Amino acid sequence: MCNAKDYLINETAWCPGCGNFAIREALAAALAELELPHHQVLLCSGIGQAAKMPHYIKVNGFNGLHGRALPPAIGARVANTSLKVIVESGDGDTYGEGGNHFIHNIRRNPDIAHFVHNNQIYGLTKGQASPTSETGMKTKVQTAGNILPPFNPLSTALVMGAGFMARCFSGEKDHLKETMKQAIQFPGYALIDILQPCVSFNKLNTYGWYKERVYHPENHDPQNWQAAMELARQWGDEIPLGIFYNVPHETFESHFPTLRGEPLATRPFNPADLSSLQDEFL
Amino acid sequence: MNILIGGAAGQGMETIAQLLGKALVRTGYGVLSAKDYMSRVRGGHNFTRLRIGRKTPWTADGPINLLVALNEEAYQIHSADLADNGRIIFDPEEFTPENKNDNQVAVQLEKLAKDAGNKIMANTVAVGATLALLGLQTTETEELLTETFGKELAGKNILALKAGHQEAGKQCETCLTLPDKQERGKQLFLDGNSTLGMAALASGCRFLSAYPMTPSTGIMTYLAGKQDSHDVVVEQAEDEIAAINMALGASFTGARAMTCTSGGGFALMVEGLSLAGMTETPLVIALAMRPGPATGLPTRTEQGDLEFALHGGHGEFPRAILSATHAEDAFYRLNKAFDLAEKYQTPVIFLSDQDFGDTARSIPPFDFSKLCYRRHLVSEDNLKKPYQRYRITENGISPRALPGQFAGETVLADSDEHDENGNIIEDAETRTRMVRKRMKKTALLAAEMDEPKITGEKSGDILLIGWGSTYGALQEARQLLSKTGQQVTHLHFADLWPLRCAQIKSLFPRFKQRICVENNATGQFAALLRRETGLKVDREILKFNGRPFMASEIVREVQKDV
Ligand SMILES: Cc1ncc(C[n+]2csc(CCOP(=O)(O)OP(=O)(O)O)c2C)c(N)n1
Ligand code: SF4
Repeated sequence: MCNAKDYLINETAWCPGCGNFAIREALAAALAELELPHHQVLLCSGIGQAAKMPHYIKVNGFNGLHGRALPPAIGARVANTSLKVIVESGDGDTYGEGGNHFIHNIRRNPDIAHFVHNNQIYGLTKGQASPTSETGMKTKVQTAGNILPPFNPLSTALVMGAGFMARCFSGEKDHLKETMKQAIQFPGYALIDILQPCVSFNKLNTYGWYKERVYHPENHDPQNWQAAMELARQWGDEIPLGIFYNVPHETFESHFPTLRGEPLATRPFNPADLSSLQDEFL
Repeated sequence: MNILIGGAAGQGMETIAQLLGKALVRTGYGVLSAKDYMSRVRGGHNFTRLRIGRKTPWTADGPINLLVALNEEAYQIHSADLADNGRIIFDPEEFTPENKNDNQVAVQLEKLAKDAGNKIMANTVAVGATLALLGLQTTETEELLTETFGKELAGKNILALKAGHQEAGKQCETCLTLPDKQERGKQLFLDGNSTLGMAALASGCRFLSAYPMTPSTGIMTYLAGKQDSHDVVVEQAEDEIAAINMALGASFTGARAMTCTSGGGFALMVEGLSLAGMTETPLVIALAMRPGPATGLPTRTEQGDLEFALHGGHGEFPRAILSATHAEDAFYRLNKAFDLAEKYQTPVIFLSDQDFGDTARSIPPFDFSKLCYRRHLVSEDNLKKPYQRYRITENGISPRALPGQFAGETVLADSDEHDENGNIIEDAETRTRMVRKRMKKTALLAAEMDEPKITGEKSGDILLIGWGSTYGALQEARQLLSKTGQQVTHLHFADLWPLRCAQIKSLFPRFKQRICVENNATGQFAALLRRETGLKVDREILKFNGRPFMASEIVREVQKDV
C-alpha cells in the first residue's frame, strides 16, 4: 500500500497560505491511491512557482524551461510508454509562453495529465498580469489595469478537441484529488485548470473570492459537448467546478505501430542488423 | 564529362538525374549530381548537374558537354557554357533554338512519351535520348525502372525510354565520349541528407522531432519513410522550440534523439540547446546551413553558422561540433556524434549545408559493423543508492540512469542550477562545484576530436585549409594546383569543437603560404583558428553568393597573387 506522505519530499519555497500546497497534497494522495510506484511516474514542468512541483514530489522529474513543460513530456511518452506522464505548470507558463504547445498538444492527444495552477497572475516574477488575469486588474506593470480580456483555457481546449477537461479549486482538495485520479487514468490528454489563490500577489482572486463563486453543477453530462462548452464559458458570479467533458478518442501514441510492445528506450539494438538500409541506393 | 538538365520546377529534372546517375553508376562510372534549385514549387529555373568520371568527381565543375534543355530558359541560360562539340537535347515542340546547328538534337520528348502511354514520361524519354548520345544501351536503366515502378508500370516507361534512345540515336549515336570505366564493385549513389538520415537510424536514433526547413528537411523525410519498418518515430513539431524540447524529453527518458534544422530554426532552438547543457541531456542537432541572415537564400549553400553553433545558447556549457565533409566520412561521424552525446551527456551539433545535403555521389557501401552503439548508462551493479542524477565524480560525468530503470529510484533533471539530486539551489558553493563539474567535459571532448586530415606533404608552398563540405572542392583544387608544379597540401577539419590544434601548429611554419577557404563572408574558421592557436592565415578565399566552391575557382584565386 502506498502512502501519500511517501510522495512528499523537501521543503517547499512557497509562501505560507499559497494555493500550491493543497495541489501538492492532492497530487501526492492521488498518486498514492492509484498506487503508482515513484519510478514509474514522470512529472514535467516549466518555470514558475507552480513549476517547482517536481522538487517536492518523489517521482521522476524534468523541470525544463519556462513555457516548455509539454514538449519534453511528448518526447518522454514516445521514448517510454510505460511511464505515467504528468505535466504541471502555471497559467503564464502554460497559456502564455507555452501557448503554441498547449494548442497543438490538445490536437496531438498524448496520454498525458496536465494540471495547470491557475493563479491568474505571474507569481515567480512578482505579480504581473498573466493570460488569465481579469480585465482591469492593476499590477506594477499593468498600471492602469489589465486591458486584455482573459484567455479561456477550457473553452479553447474544448474547441481544439480535448477529450478530458475539468476545473478544480485548490480550496477543495478532495474534489481535486478525485479529479486528478480520473485525469491520470484518462487515456489521452486530460486538462485540469486549477483555481489557485496566490496570496502574495493576487489580491483580487482570493480564497474568499473563489469560495463565494464556485459551485458544482448538478446533472451535468460530461459526454455533452454543448453543455461542457456552456460550463467552460461560465465565469463571474458563478464559477462551475467539475469534469466538464470526458470522451476518450484515439491517442497520439496509438498512431505509431512502433510504439506497441517494449518501450523504445530499452529495445535492444545492433547497427550491423541495419546494413540492408543502403540497398535502395545501389 | 558534364551533363546539365535544366527546366522549371516541377518538370522532373531530379527524376532524370536520379535515373541517369544510378544507371551510370551501375555501368561502372563515377558520378556526382548536384542540385541548383530555387525556393519555389513551380516554374523558375532549376537544374541538376551530373558529372561523370573514371573516379567519382568531387564537384560539378567544368564546361557542359550535354545540355538537356527542358524549356527555352534552360537553353538560353546554359548554352553559352557548352563545351566545344557539346550537344543539346531539346523538345522542338517546346521551343526552337535561334541558331540551328549540328550540336542540337531535337527529340519530341512529350510526343514520344504520349505515344508510349502518358506525357508525364517525357523525363524517361530524355533519359533514353541521353543514353544514346553517350553510346550506352538501355539495359541498366530498364532494370532500374522495373525496380522502381514494378513490372507493370515499368512497361510503359521502358517503351518511352527506348523511343527516346532510338530517336536520338538516329541523329547522333555516341557523339559524346565517356571517360573510361573502372571495375570497383557495387557502388551506392547517395545524397548527403539521406546519408545523415541513414547514419542516424543505424546509430540507434529512435526519435526525431523537427520543423521543416530547407536544406535540413531531407533528413526528416528519410527517417519519416522508415517509421513503418524500423524502431523510429518522427514528429513534426509545432515549431523548433517544441522540436528541441521534445527531443530532450525523449533523450532524458532513454530514446536516442535528434533534431534537424537550419539557421533560422536553430535560432529558435538555442534556449533548448542551453537546457541540454544544463540538464546534461544527450542530444544531436543536425544543423544544415543555408545563407542568412534571416530567411536568406533558402535553397542555397553557405558555411555561415559556425560562430552561431559555437556560441549559440546562453550561459557556459560544454558542447561538441562536428561537420560533414563528404558522405563516406559523414556517415561514421554522425554515429560518433551520437556516441559523444551519450558518453558526455551533452549536446553535439552536426554541421552540414545545402551543398552537402543535396549532392549525390557514387561511393562504396558502408560497413555497418564499424558503427558503435554504447548507451553509457549506469548498471545495476554500479548503482549507488539513492540515485543522484548529478553526482559529482572525478571526471565530471555523473552516472546516467533513465526514469523507470531502477525500482524505487527516481531521476530528476533541472534547468535551474541544482545540487547532486537535481534540486534547485542558489548557494555559491554548489553553483561553483556544478559549473566545474560540467565544464570538465570540454577537455574530455577535446581528446575525442579527430586530427584534421592532411592530403599531401607536410611542408611545401601552399597549405590550403578548409572545414566541412568544401572538402571535395579543395581536394580537386589541390590536384589541379599540384599539376602546375607547386607543392600544395590540403588540411581539412571535420571535428571543429573543441578544436584540435597540434597538427596545425606544427604544419603552419612549414609552408610559404597558408590559405583558408570558406563559404562565408567573414572567415569564421580562420578566426576560430586564430583565437585558439594564435596563428593567422596569410590569405582567405571566401565565397558567399550562395553557391558552392568549384575547384577551378579556388585554383584561380590561389594563383592570383602567386
Ligand atoms: C524565457 C523566459 N522568460 C521569462 C522568464 C521569467 N519567468 C519565470 S516564471 C515567469 C512567470 C510565472 O508565472 P506562471 O507561469 O503563471 O507561474 P507562477 O509563478 O504564477 O506559478 C516568468 C515570466 C523565464 N524564466 N524564462
Ligand atoms: S507568490 Fe503566489 S503563487 Fe507563488 S508561492 Fe507565493 S502565493 Fe504561491
